[in-house]
Amino acid sequence: MYKKTIRRRRAVLAALVALSLILLTAYFREAPGGPLHSIQRGFSTVVSPVEDGANSVFRPVRNFFGSIGGALDAKSQSNRLRKQLATVRHQLIRYEAEARGYRELSALVHIDTRLSISAYQPVNATVVAQSPSLWESTVIVDQGTPSGIAVNDPVIDGEGLVGKIAQTWSDGAEVMLINDHEFGATARLAAGGAFGTVQPKVGDPDEMVLQYLPQNTPVNPGEYVETAGTVSREGQSLFPAGIPVGRVTSGGAHSQYESINVEPLVNLHNLGTVQVLTAVHGSAPERITHLLSSLASPVGSGNSSVASAGGQLATAGGEG
Amino acid sequence: MSRPGPPGGGVSGRAGAGILTGSAVSLRRRAGERRGPPGGFGPEIAIAARIGLLAVATVFLQTSVVAELPVFGVRVDLTPLVVAFVGFLSGSTVGAITGFAVGLMVDLTLLQTLGLTSLIFTFIGYGAGRLREMRDPQATLMPLALGAVAALISLTGYSVMEFMLGNDAPVSIELVRQIVLGTVVDTLLAAPVWALTRRALQPRLPDDPRRRRRRAYTTGGLSPLPRP
Repeated sequence: MYKKTIRRRRAVLAALVALSLILLTAYFREAPGGPLHSIQRGFSTVVSPVEDGANSVFRPVRNFFGSIGGALDAKSQSNRLRKQLATVRHQLIRYEAEARGYRELSALVHIDTRLSISAYQPVNATVVAQSPSLWESTVIVDQGTPSGIAVNDPVIDGEGLVGKIAQTWSDGAEVMLINDHEFGATARLAAGGAFGTVQPKVGDPDEMVLQYLPQNTPVNPGEYVETAGTVSREGQSLFPAGIPVGRVTSGGAHSQYESINVEPLVNLHNLGTVQVLTAVHGSAPERITHLLSSLASPVGSGNSSVASAGGQLATAGGEG
Repeated sequence: MSRPGPPGGGVSGRAGAGILTGSAVSLRRRAGERRGPPGGFGPEIAIAARIGLLAVATVFLQTSVVAELPVFGVRVDLTPLVVAFVGFLSGSTVGAITGFAVGLMVDLTLLQTLGLTSLIFTFIGYGAGRLREMRDPQATLMPLALGAVAALISLTGYSVMEFMLGNDAPVSIELVRQIVLGTVVDTLLAAPVWALTRRALQPRLPDDPRRRRRRAYTTGGLSPLPRP
């Protein structure tokens, strides 16, 4: 009897481990439109209303605890913000003068502003679930395909860049946050203008790295980093230029290229409402994304409505 | 609906049990009532339903609320704690099944790599169950230690698996700090989570060996009472 119990216990463990490994392997190897991904999206569609309800019910509790945490930081934050305000005021005066000059010049040379944020159609969405993992920094929002949201659309909030759409379905969408290990975007120093790729530091949700900067790029702590409006490799999103990403904190590694540490502007721990910038059909962003997709991945990932991070560009274009 | 007691209120079951007094008989009746009516759900179904409800509630609470409340800059994760405590209270087989189910729900809800969390949580639930089956530790701080180990295995296991799956993201020393801080925070939360899990499951669980041993010590033998 005892031996039978032991055999049954070991058999259950072996079966569960084998099932987990089979799921893991199958999920990892299958295409984003495969059956396991479909089941996952179907499950999300089913539980989405429940998550929405739980989110509404527990919002006061969350806000209460959030306000306690906020109160503890308030004093130090207030001093820091006062100093920042003084700095920003000086910068604003300088930038206003520069902006005036820029407008005059752009009028002269007809600089195209096709990829400004105004060219996109913003859709407001509420965050209903958030991943607790150190690695997969994602949130689920309550707006999906019917609202015009597509894979790779940029997601912002009042502070700056939040992430991009990784998957969509009928009742929601998955947002890959900027501190997800798969995230990467071409960015530039707002004042210096040097281009690089901004990526997260895994395990440190409060820090990112702006990499591949030219050698001897001056590091000015406090300087802002913003999206560049270009794409450097397949899998990156075409974010409109000028979305604030973070602020330079210190210099990083020095090798053939330079890298600097960047503190994200957005508080990724407490996201409530975000805005998804959807590309309107026939608009300049949609056309340019389509063009980039055909350059990045001309064959294959075609017309599927969902794509992995690696193949998003092609899919987003294929939909347009 | 209570079970009928033996004629005369005596018990002739185990050696050393002695003769039950009237109050002991009433206690036994009450214990019988707590186990549910003979014609209703069996104890296995009742405990499975309770564990299922607890698992679903934990996953929804975790994804909708707790994940958005960082403590000391780290995200709190209640799911490994609940899995470990269910395993510790219910045994290795139930622990492993609960771990697999909770992990699968987390992966499905958060659109994560399917099977990854299931694999880690299966080991956590099984390990916690085996700990009870082999050692049956009775220390007061046991839930905290168990919570700490469960959180550490969860955080470290997830990171190791991500490396094994080929993620080439730049990793800083902060990852270690996050794992340590996450473990500390989960350890602090282990006591209330243990209390809630125990409260949710214990009325339907088989007899608690600690209590039985204590009664055996005071009465000179194993008590025939399932639960006082």
